[in-house]
Order: sequence, then C-alpha cells, then structure tokens
Amino acid sequence: MREMIKMVVILTILSCFSGGLLAYIHSGTKERIENQVLEFVKGPAIRAIFEGATNDPIADRFRIKDGDIERTFFVGVIDDEPRGIAFETSGKGYGGDVGLMVGIDVKDNKLLGVGVTTHSETPGMGARAKTDPSFVAQFRDIGLQDPIKVNQDGGTINAISGATITSRAVCAATTEANDIYKKFKDQLDDQLKSFKK
Amino acid sequence: MAKPLAQEFFKGLWDEVPPFRLVLGLCPVLAVTKSVENGIGMGVATTFVLVCSNILVSLLRKAIPSKVRIACFIVIIATFVTVVELVMQAFAYPLFLKLGIFIPLIVVNCIVLGRSEAFASKNGVFRSFLDGLGIGIGFTLSLTVLAAVRELFGTGALTFWEKPIPIFGPSYQPFSFMIEAPGAFVCLGLLLCIMNMIGKK
Repeated sequence: MREMIKMVVILTILSCFSGGLLAYIHSGTKERIENQVLEFVKGPAIRAIFEGATNDPIADRFRIKDGDIERTFFVGVIDDEPRGIAFETSGKGYGGDVGLMVGIDVKDNKLLGVGVTTHSETPGMGARAKTDPSFVAQFRDIGLQDPIKVNQDGGTINAISGATITSRAVCAATTEANDIYKKFKDQLDDQLKSFKK
Repeated sequence: MAKPLAQEFFKGLWDEVPPFRLVLGLCPVLAVTKSVENGIGMGVATTFVLVCSNILVSLLRKAIPSKVRIACFIVIIATFVTVVELVMQAFAYPLFLKLGIFIPLIVVNCIVLGRSEAFASKNGVFRSFLDGLGIGIGFTLSLTVLAAVRELFGTGALTFWEKPIPIFGPSYQPFSFMIEAPGAFVCLGLLLCIMNMIGKK
C-alpha cells in the first residue's frame, strides 16, 4: 500500500513540475515563435507582394475581429503612402487547403499581387503555384471589380497546366479576399489613416 | 566497478558510439542526414536532451520507485524534448522546418531512454553527466560524418548557413542516390563495415 502511494505521489510531483516548466518556457517563447512563423512561412510571400515597400510589413501589422476569428493584416508603405494591405485567405486545392497571401492596393482598388504560403499540393504540379513566379505574376494589378477566374471558367488567368484545381483554389482564395476586403474596407481605411502619423 | 571518469566520457566517442557500435537510434540517423547542417542540429538537440535527462534521472534515482521508473524517465525525457522543440522554434526556425517531426521523436529515441535505464539510474550525477555528454557527442559526430559523406557525394558541395561550398568543382555530376533514402542505408552499412574493420585490426 505504501509503495502504491509513493508511486502515485512521485509521478504526480514529476508531472506537475514538468508541466509548470513547460508552461513557463512556452509563455516565454510564444511571441518569438509567432514572429518566426510569420517571418519564414508568410514573410517571403508578403515581401514579394510589397516589392519596393519602405517599411517592414511584418512588423507593421494589426488585427481585426471577424466573428469568432481574428484576422491579421499587414501594411505596406509604397511611394511614402500606407496604401498596401495584405492578409491571408485559403482555397480548396487538390491536396487540401491552399493558403494564399493577398495584397491589395487600397487607393486604386486593385490587386498588388498574391503569394502561396502553405499548401500540400503535388510537387511539380500544383506546387508550382508557389515555386513558379510566372503564375502568381498574372494576379498583379488586376482590378478588383473584374471576376478572378481561370480561363477554362471564362476568366483571364492562365491555369498551371496539369494543375487546374490548384489554380482554381488560388482564384477562389483571391475572390474570398476581395469579399473580406469589401467587408472591412471602412475599418481598414481607419487603421491606415492612423498609421500615417 | 568504478571506471576512471575520463573513460565514462570517451567510451561514447568510440567504444560505445551509438549508431555504429550499439546500432541504436537509427531512425534519425537515416532520416535527417541529408545535409551536414541537419545532422549537427539533430545531434546537438539529442545531446542536450541526453545530458539533462541523465542528470535529472541520476539525481532522482533513489526517489523513483522501480515499478514506475520507465514512466518517470519518459516524463523527464519528454519535458526536455519539448523544451528543445520550443527553443528551436524560437531561435532556429529554418532548422526546425527541416528537422520537423524528428525533434519530437527524440522522446522515443532508444539511446536516450537506454542511457537513463542502463546508466543514469545506477550511477552518480557527475558520472551520468559525463556519460550523457560522451554519448551525445559521439552521436553528433556519427550524424555529421554520415551526413558529410552523403551530402558530399549526393550534391558535390557542403552547405553551411544556406551557403553551398563546392568541394568537387562544377564538373562533378551529383550522385543523387546518396541523398535519397536508399543511399542512407548503403552509406550506414559501409561506415559500419569500416568501423568494424578498424576495430578488429
């Protein structure tokens, strides 16, 4: 009986100690990890969209509540004006969700560009949405009033050959981004105005 | 019984070097040795876990009841592995992306549990520390050697901090078999063979 109690007590103490230590380290590194994820997973896409921006778009970010979720928006200063806004959406691809960073020029109401962040598409086929810059380059400077579709669906985007589903996912994610942008336009404008100071 | 302290350290470097002499912990050995950088990163992470868990297990060896010792060892090891995972995510994120699932898998690396069970639970703190450090460095060196051979023949260059340093020059045709999975087995087999030939004299 005594041995039973000893076993329980020792394991409990050990687990509590380990839990406490991990919680402490987790809270200490949480912010840094978040920054690292932004830098290495989303950073390349954001920087490609805000080419020529004079600020650090990853540092200049803010959040807006959208129902239950919080969306993170990145601000890009182009031509000395905070006119670029980027945020992440996703579309259904061939192997799961395709995460897409979408940059919008708030002043001219057009797309600044898009960039794939996370995906599980087939290497060499759908994965080219991320690795082949000529595909996402088609999204540069498209007006937001135009429907964004691949040419099989009557749009203007040339799909990656052999990866129509992935190309559709990118278009769908861009369309969704457009909806989100319209929904939050007033709030975004307010945020950008206060950014100017 | 009591061996000289130095021997506890040096045995990990040759006599009991984990992947080649004990043939333990082969999963990370085969999986992450695609590049020298990965090999060193994995080795350092494992060494940290080994040293810390050996010290703690040795400190608590009188308090831990023998019936639940394995559970206690696993809790201790898992704690340190999670510490490594968090720290690596915070300070070396690109390396974390490359090593990925193999960092949490250090928990079930039989070298770590093996040293706790076979050594640290029976020996003093300082001895256990030396044992963990020796085995850890031995493991790191094995990974580095294996990774260097594979990367060198597989790509013709060695990569440090994202910068490839060409060794064989531009005319070298990369032997990409070496950085694929079968290359790992062949390479490990050949290194084992060489180690045994040297050991036997």
